[in-house]
Amino acid sequence: MTRYEPVIGLEVHAQLLTETKLFCGCSVAYGAEPNTQLCPTCLGLPGSVPRLNRRAVELAIRVGLALGCEIHRDTAFSRKHYFYPDLASNYQNSQFEPPVIGRGELCIEVDGVERRIGITRAHLEEDAAKNIHGAGGGLYTVVDYNRGGQPLLEIVSEPDLRSAEEAELYLRKLREILIFAGVNDGNLEEGSFRCDANVSIRPVGQEKFGTRVELKNINSFRFVRRAIEFEIARQEAVLASGGALVQETRTWNENVGQTISMREKESAQDYRYFESPELPRIEIDDEMIERARAQLPELPDAIRARFIEELGLTPYDAGVLTSHPGIARYFDAVASGMKADAKLGKRIANFIQSEVLRDTQIAGLDAKFPVTPEALIELLSMVEARTINLNLAKQVFHEMVASGKSAAAIVEEKGLGGGVDEAALEAEVLKVIEKNPSQVEQYRGGKAAVFGFFVGQVMRATRGQADPQLVQALLRKHLDG
Amino acid sequence: MSAPRDLIEALESLEAGTLTASELVDDALGRIEAHDGEIGALLALDAEGARERARTIDEKRKSGETLGRLAGIPFTLKDNFVTKGLPTTAASKMLEGYRAPFSATLAEKLEAEGAILLGKANLDEFAMGSSTERSAAHPTRNPWDRSRVPGGSSGGSAAAVAAGYGYFSVGSDTGGSLRQPAAFCGLNTLKPTVGVFSRYGLIQLAPSLDQPGPLTRSVRDLQLLTEVMRGHDPLDSWSSKRELAPARDIQGLRVGILKPALERVEHEPIRDAHDAVLETLRAHGAEIVEIEIPHANIALPTYHAIVAAECSSGMARYDGVRYGKRVSKDELFEMMEATRAQGFGEEVKRRILFGAYLLMEENVERFVQGARRARTLIRRDFDAAFERCDLFVTPTTATPAFELDNRGDDPLAMYLSDYFTLPASLAGMPAVSTPMGVDADGLPLGIQLVGAPFTEATLLRVAAAIEEKHGILDRLPALNGGIG
Repeated sequence: MTRYEPVIGLEVHAQLLTETKLFCGCSVAYGAEPNTQLCPTCLGLPGSVPRLNRRAVELAIRVGLALGCEIHRDTAFSRKHYFYPDLASNYQNSQFEPPVIGRGELCIEVDGVERRIGITRAHLEEDAAKNIHGAGGGLYTVVDYNRGGQPLLEIVSEPDLRSAEEAELYLRKLREILIFAGVNDGNLEEGSFRCDANVSIRPVGQEKFGTRVELKNINSFRFVRRAIEFEIARQEAVLASGGALVQETRTWNENVGQTISMREKESAQDYRYFESPELPRIEIDDEMIERARAQLPELPDAIRARFIEELGLTPYDAGVLTSHPGIARYFDAVASGMKADAKLGKRIANFIQSEVLRDTQIAGLDAKFPVTPEALIELLSMVEARTINLNLAKQVFHEMVASGKSAAAIVEEKGLGGGVDEAALEAEVLKVIEKNPSQVEQYRGGKAAVFGFFVGQVMRATRGQADPQLVQALLRKHLDG
Repeated sequence: MSAPRDLIEALESLEAGTLTASELVDDALGRIEAHDGEIGALLALDAEGARERARTIDEKRKSGETLGRLAGIPFTLKDNFVTKGLPTTAASKMLEGYRAPFSATLAEKLEAEGAILLGKANLDEFAMGSSTERSAAHPTRNPWDRSRVPGGSSGGSAAAVAAGYGYFSVGSDTGGSLRQPAAFCGLNTLKPTVGVFSRYGLIQLAPSLDQPGPLTRSVRDLQLLTEVMRGHDPLDSWSSKRELAPARDIQGLRVGILKPALERVEHEPIRDAHDAVLETLRAHGAEIVEIEIPHANIALPTYHAIVAAECSSGMARYDGVRYGKRVSKDELFEMMEATRAQGFGEEVKRRILFGAYLLMEENVERFVQGARRARTLIRRDFDAAFERCDLFVTPTTATPAFELDNRGDDPLAMYLSDYFTLPASLAGMPAVSTPMGVDADGLPLGIQLVGAPFTEATLLRVAAAIEEKHGILDRLPALNGGIG
């Protein structure tokens, strides 16, 4: 039986984080009342004139730099024509040849092995309006033009992906880079990060590509994987049963767990592309590129490497602390504020992961933390100075979150400060040993578990303020000695 | 009231208090009522609004308030400029009843200076034509001779100024749509360098060529309006921040002529008038030099390919979905098809189809990219020509105004009437047309002055010298009560 190899390429439409649309001053804020973010230009009214939002070009250059792509210095907008009410002018201002961003690549790790996935191009274009079908009791389709004219960057990969898993990894990686670069909020549900997949299969060893199917409407990572897996299996089944594949567009239907045919490719639709006669060309000089480079934040791979090498994190911890740019910045702020080395870095990371992240709220590119980095630095500095121990620090932390008070104020209020000095602690240890002769007997008789009992007694006697490590050391000295 | 001869004189009378804005407006409205039934220069009239604005300005003037530079001057606007207050149709059924939610920058600018908008002027549908016979509403007749066309596509604007419906009109020029009607109606006009006048609110025909400009009775009126209308507009991507170059003396100016092009002119009075203008310029100390625009012979197909491609694309927005005409059908694409089939006139359809053909994947490189390359060659010809001369002159048109229904069946003959005006449009150079006398039938003739970018002031100075000797202002129908 023939063995097949999937060939997958992805097209991502990422909405660029500008304040206004690509060719006018209308807001791009999500969730406004339908048809309230409009002007003559984004409605294509007679007499309107589009004018380019330079910010979108800057963000596109930033993406080009982040993906190590070629940046084309002199490109233009082209009109792509098709009649449909989601385009106010019945053409879309997009880019044909050349696009603003050319070839580059993106590295993903598949089962511990690095794979380089080619980026073909990325181009600027305006988004279409949103058609809402079934209004008026199912009789009408209505159009919300708020989305029309919002800036998109369409990023096209080479057909280098060989499995649904690789496709998902590529998408996650791309999304992460765009989010860290500050150009996109990566929201699949709200449609600010959308993906279409081109999927075909071919016999292993064959060079020529098979018949390609375009998958649309895959608006979650889980769907991407399931849709592509389903599609590969479907195509294999068609070929195995002696059938032939048709070039078509299919959509993922989550309810039935299948891809459904939307339309067969008409004899190659002619979009009558031609350079916009009313938009000036996009000219990019060295200064713009250098400015974009200066504005390009550190990317997640570099951040993770730095967290591991300089701040003592495990790859797992580094992954958690770079799961969102806000979290990475938070950790960085605390670590640099405490001038952390590898050992301290690890302790800070532990505290953030076990305590802070539990109360952190993420929404798009925003992350809301329960306490500021400065407040956390104050608290953790007390632990480092042995003013309080880690257990107490956790209690103080929750008090800080609940009351909004500073760590110092809480420690002062509860009389926790000062800790317990070693001589006083040793006296407590001896007192506990003296008071519990039978447990001492058991312990010395080989029942190691009783050790915990002694630690607990000492901690209680010191109202939790003693350093648990020192308590253990002193107990060992007197019990074992 | 003794009617002022031109805009400047009208302003002087207003300032001197010998005339009121209300009188100017009433005079214009009287002429419109008397003649426009036959001339057909206007598509929409705002008599009440104009009277009211005139009264307001008169009151302000009385109370000594500071007024704008055009306070009290009535004018008209070609109906391809959108206006909030009046319907905007571009003389197409497609925009019947359309009310724009915004006004063109130029309309706002002129009204802010106190100019009083009387109404909207007729044009060939969506500015596609050279005679104003292709208006979906009605043709416009030339006030000099009502059996003749006023030219086009800004024919309604030109006829309005020639007939005395106000003191100026603002039209648009894509390949000669201001200059040819100016020549046919004995008026002055300027098609500026790209970016000098704002295009925001001008309904596009071919955005890479469309330029707005004023039509006036005298050259000094044109100078004033150029000053008032220019300036950067952040709403127009191509609007320029550059200042115009200062006017140069005619003494020592090198004025180019195009010998081979002149030979194409069969109408003898035009060649004679052209030669007489050269004599005048020599007398002012200009040096006449022969120049060449070698690629002028490909200007016509180049122009038509570019216009068709751009217009085919730009006209796609008229589909019945959002505004304007809609022919109701049960299904979306049926509705769009029926709307476009019934909404557009023949010439518009011809250009849309021609353009769509040129833009097909297999044709676009050869025809559209080819036309763009040809355009570059023409622009280089101009650059080379302006090494040898400071400006050049040609007749604006090869014939005076032709009779109505004369060329309607032959689109190619109609296209040829733009022969002298197309190259400057393709090259993006500023061009002025000013009268150079009349022929034996008393029909006005125009001469075109073409300069390098931003040399408008020099062109206007030379035009003033031509006007001094060859001007025909006193023969203008507007100044001869019995129009036409």
